[in-house]
This record gives sequence, structure tokens and C-alpha cells, in this order.
Amino acid sequence: MRMPALKLSAFWICAAVVALVGALLTIFDVVVINKFIFFAGYVVLQYVVLATAWNIMGGYMGYVNFGTAGFFAVGAYASVVLYNLIEAPLALMIPFSGVVCGLLGLAMGYLTLRLRGVFFAIATLAMAIVLETMIINWDYVGGATGAYILRSREMAPFGDYVEFLFFVMLLLAIFAVAVARGLEISKAGRGFIAIRDDEIAAECAGVPTLRLKLIATTVSGFLMGVAGAPFALYVGFIEPSSAFNLVYAVNAIAMPMIGGATTWLGPLIGALLLGTVQQVATVTISSELNLLIVGVVLVFFVIVAPEGIVGLLRKWLGGRRDDR
Amino acid sequence: MFTVDLLINALIAGVLLGGFYAAVSLGLTVSFGQLNIVNIAHPAFIILGSYIAYMCNSLWGLDPILTGIIFIPVFFLIGVGAYRLYYESFERKDDEALRGLAFFFGVMFIIEVALIMVYGVDFRTVQASYIGQSWKAGAIGVPTRMFVPFCVAIAMFTVVFLYMSRTFNGRAIKAVAQDRLALQLMGADPVKIKQLGFGISIGTAALAGALLIIIIPVEPSVGRLYIGQVFAIAVLAGLGSIPGTLVAGLVLGVAESLVSTFFGPSWAPAVAFGILLAALAFRPQGLFGR
Repeated sequence: MRMPALKLSAFWICAAVVALVGALLTIFDVVVINKFIFFAGYVVLQYVVLATAWNIMGGYMGYVNFGTAGFFAVGAYASVVLYNLIEAPLALMIPFSGVVCGLLGLAMGYLTLRLRGVFFAIATLAMAIVLETMIINWDYVGGATGAYILRSREMAPFGDYVEFLFFVMLLLAIFAVAVARGLEISKAGRGFIAIRDDEIAAECAGVPTLRLKLIATTVSGFLMGVAGAPFALYVGFIEPSSAFNLVYAVNAIAMPMIGGATTWLGPLIGALLLGTVQQVATVTISSELNLLIVGVVLVFFVIVAPEGIVGLLRKWLGGRRDDR
Repeated sequence: MFTVDLLINALIAGVLLGGFYAAVSLGLTVSFGQLNIVNIAHPAFIILGSYIAYMCNSLWGLDPILTGIIFIPVFFLIGVGAYRLYYESFERKDDEALRGLAFFFGVMFIIEVALIMVYGVDFRTVQASYIGQSWKAGAIGVPTRMFVPFCVAIAMFTVVFLYMSRTFNGRAIKAVAQDRLALQLMGADPVKIKQLGFGISIGTAALAGALLIIIIPVEPSVGRLYIGQVFAIAVLAGLGSIPGTLVAGLVLGVAESLVSTFFGPSWAPAVAFGILLAALAFRPQGLFGR
């Protein structure tokens, strides 16, 4: 399977340009725009991280993780714990949340990845609810009633704190996509694809399947935790039902499926597209209808266009080339 | 805190709850255990059954159990249709692992959000003559709202068990996941058999949903909590074993009732998932596994 157009250098040039534009927008306010753009843009970028992280396990290897919301929430709550303990800055929260969720992913994988893939899927679903029950009963982080986190209003040199968080999430999104892409073009990535196509054959051919699966679930968990780390600062208030919201799990599956689950480009396209549509729909229509749309679009794409938008584009471009 | 009366009451409540859990999981034992279709939307169909019972009860005062029985054929047809779609889209292309799971996840989400849009997130209950009474013997009480669903659950269980073990089609359903080719050689069409099995599986959800709303008030998102219970029971039972499902249901019901009596109800959801994770980690073949 060949990657379209982008070469190594081109990818990094694009990433650098995106980061630079983000910095210009948030620091110097070069274009005067509604501040809500940053508020909504943060959510879209957060989905880029979550969808990309999910895709490492789900898209590359075919192991479905239903517990994205669990990893995300553990990342968010790890930040809260660190904040309660030492009032840690965000720069410390992000790696801490990442490592906690990476270990969680490793433990999950270690317990279930020896079994059929479907048991991994069910176990992740179970894990999310066990974790939610534990958080609800843990008063130190607010229990069922939730906890407030005070954030500073200003964050020099950025316009305000939300713009700062937007920029942080932009960097995290670039980081996540770069990690996924790095894995995909590495030797491990070819092992992942071999596992997806036929795990037993891969094992026979000398692919270290269990080790690769554990690497993938650890990296995937790490990225999901990282995405959750700034959540409490972003909303200013955290409670279990919002942090463990099923919406994260559904979107993390729907976005790569719609974009195309076999490449790093798929979740990126899916998250930007579906994330933006959802933000617009939440403001203009209702949030329930917007959730219904996600469900319907997911089922539609899974049935009609199993290769997602990337697959459709590839087919279309390939078809055109054949005509010439 | 700990008294013998409390313990006995918790045990009785646990057994009654367990019988109901077994009935709820029966559909999944058939679809997941015997047909190898990982229908994670099964609890969502159960909640749909609850809301139909609620609707008929609040509009026309129909008895929830009667409603559940009336709607079994409707749900059966929904199940047949859902399997056709699943077969044509995924199973035939040998692509059920990733996309099939995502498909049922999407279906679950659509049912949940559609119910929220129609009925909102308020808890709903039903009215019936046997709700709200209890038989007392000293300090020990048996609430009829638990006892009646328990009896109906056991009856449904018996019917499905007899059908699966005594009739040709029932035995064919049990055989289809084990050896498709052999089944074909016996003159049965595997697709039709799986369609029948999946129809039965969804059909049980109509009655199970009606029992659920008799036992506790229901709102659209509680379906997700039951994913833990039904999969814990299906896995603990040893996939596909119908008697195992009854035993595993009773084990879970008693464990949950004890935890919720002695540690507090907020810990109850973790019991099912804890058992599920432990079973997956240490005994994935289940108590009665082959």
C-alpha cells in the first residue's frame, strides 16, 4: 500500500506551516476573528488526537477500542490529581497523563490481547465503566459532584488562556499525527498491517505479534491521555459524566472510519470534517440531533464506503489515471 | 451493619435479580455465543423494548409483560432484517471484525439518541397491579416487582432452552457456528439459520425490556450499563451455553446484590465489569466453556 503524494520533507514542512499559522493566530491576532473559533477549534483538534490515537490500534491492526472515553477521562483526572497535589503546570500535566494512560493501555493489552480481538473490544468497554465507577466513588478528585479547577485568565504572550490551550492542542495534534505516521512507515507499521490481514500467518512469518500489539496499545493510550490532560483547564470544571462521555468513544471510532482507517491521513480528514460539522451543528441546530447525525453517518460509511473518504479519493484518482 | 436478616434479604434479591439477568443475557448467548455475531447493541434493543412497554402502558394501560410478548414477533422481524443487512454488508465479505463491531456500535448509539430525542432523559416507569407489593415473612420480604419478572424470565428461558435442544432448527442454530459446511451438508442453509437465530436473539429483547422496566425505572443511557452485565454473563457462562447463562446470571445477581447491600449501590456497576475483566483475564473459556 503506497502513501499518496506527501514525502517525508513535505510532511514536516506542512506541520511547521500549520504550527506557525497557529502561533500567529493565537499570539499576534493577525486576523481579527471571533474568539469562539478557538474554543470550538480546540475541540476539533482534540478529536484529531483521539481519532489518530484510536486508529493506531483500530485502523492499523483491526483491534477495536470502545474505551476511548475511559482513557481520555483518566488523562483528564490524572491532571486533576497532579493539580491537587502540587498545583502542577500544564507542561507537567500532559506527559504525566500520557504516561498514566500509556501504562493503562499496556495493562489492558497485557490482560486481553492474547484472546480473540473481540474480547479486547468488550474489555475496553468494561474498563471505561469500571474506571467511571471508581472516579465517582473517589472524593479526592470530586467524586460524582465534580471539581473546579482555577485557571489564570491571561497567558502571555497569547491573547487569552483559551487561545493558549488551542495552541497547545494544535501542537499535540501535530505530535499525534507525526507519531502515527512514523509508526505507519516504520517496520512496526508493516507488522501492524500483517496482523490486521492475518494474525496467525503473521505470527508464523516471525512477526512478534504480541509485542507489536502491546506497543500499539501503549502508544494509543498515551496519546488519548495526552488529549485529555488539558480538559479540566479547558472547561474549568470536571465531573465524571462529562469526562467519560460516550461521545468521545463514538467519535474516535466514527472519524477514522469516515476518513479511512488504513492511513494516518484518514483520521485527520475524518476528525477535521466531522468535528467541524458537529461544532457548527451544536451551535445552529441541537446537540442531540448532532449526535444522531454522527451515528447515522458512521453506520452509513461502514456499510457503503468501507475504505472511507481516503479510499473514495484514491479510487477516484486511480480511475482518472486509468482513463488517460 | 451486618445482620442475618439483611444477608438473607440480599441473597433472595440477588437470586431474583440473577434470574432476570440471565433472561436479559439469553439473547446475547444466542447471538454472540452461538452465532458468533458480536451484537453490542443488544442492550440498546432491550431498552427499546422497555420504552415500547412504557408507551403502551402509559397510553392504553396495557400490561408490560403482555406488551413484551406481543412485540416479540416485531422484534424477531427487526432481528431478521438486521442480520440480512449485517450479512450482506460484512459477513459475506469476511469483514465483520472491525466494521461489524463499528456497525453495531453505531446502531446502539442511534437507538439511544433517538430515544433521548423522543422521550428525553427522564426516568420512566410502568404501572401494574403487581408492582409495589411484597410478601413478608418476619423480617424477610419478597417484592413482587422482582418475583413476577423472575418467573417470566425463567419461563422464557425454558422455552428457548427446549427449542434449542429439541427442534431441528434449534439444533441447527447451535451447530452453525461450529461447522458451517457440515450444516450445509445436512441440508440447512447457514444464512437462513443464522437469520432465524438472530431473530430469536432480538425477539427475547422485547420481553427482557418489559421485565427491565418493571424492576427499575429506565432512561435511554442505562443500556450501556447493561452491556457489562450481559457480556459478563455471556463470557462467564462459557460462550453459547444456555444452562451456563442461567448459572452465571445467578452468580452475578447475588454478587451484585451483596455488594450493593454491604458496600453501597454506587459500587454495583463495577461488579459486573470486574467479573467480566477477571473472567477475560483468567478464564476466557468461562465456567462451562468447551
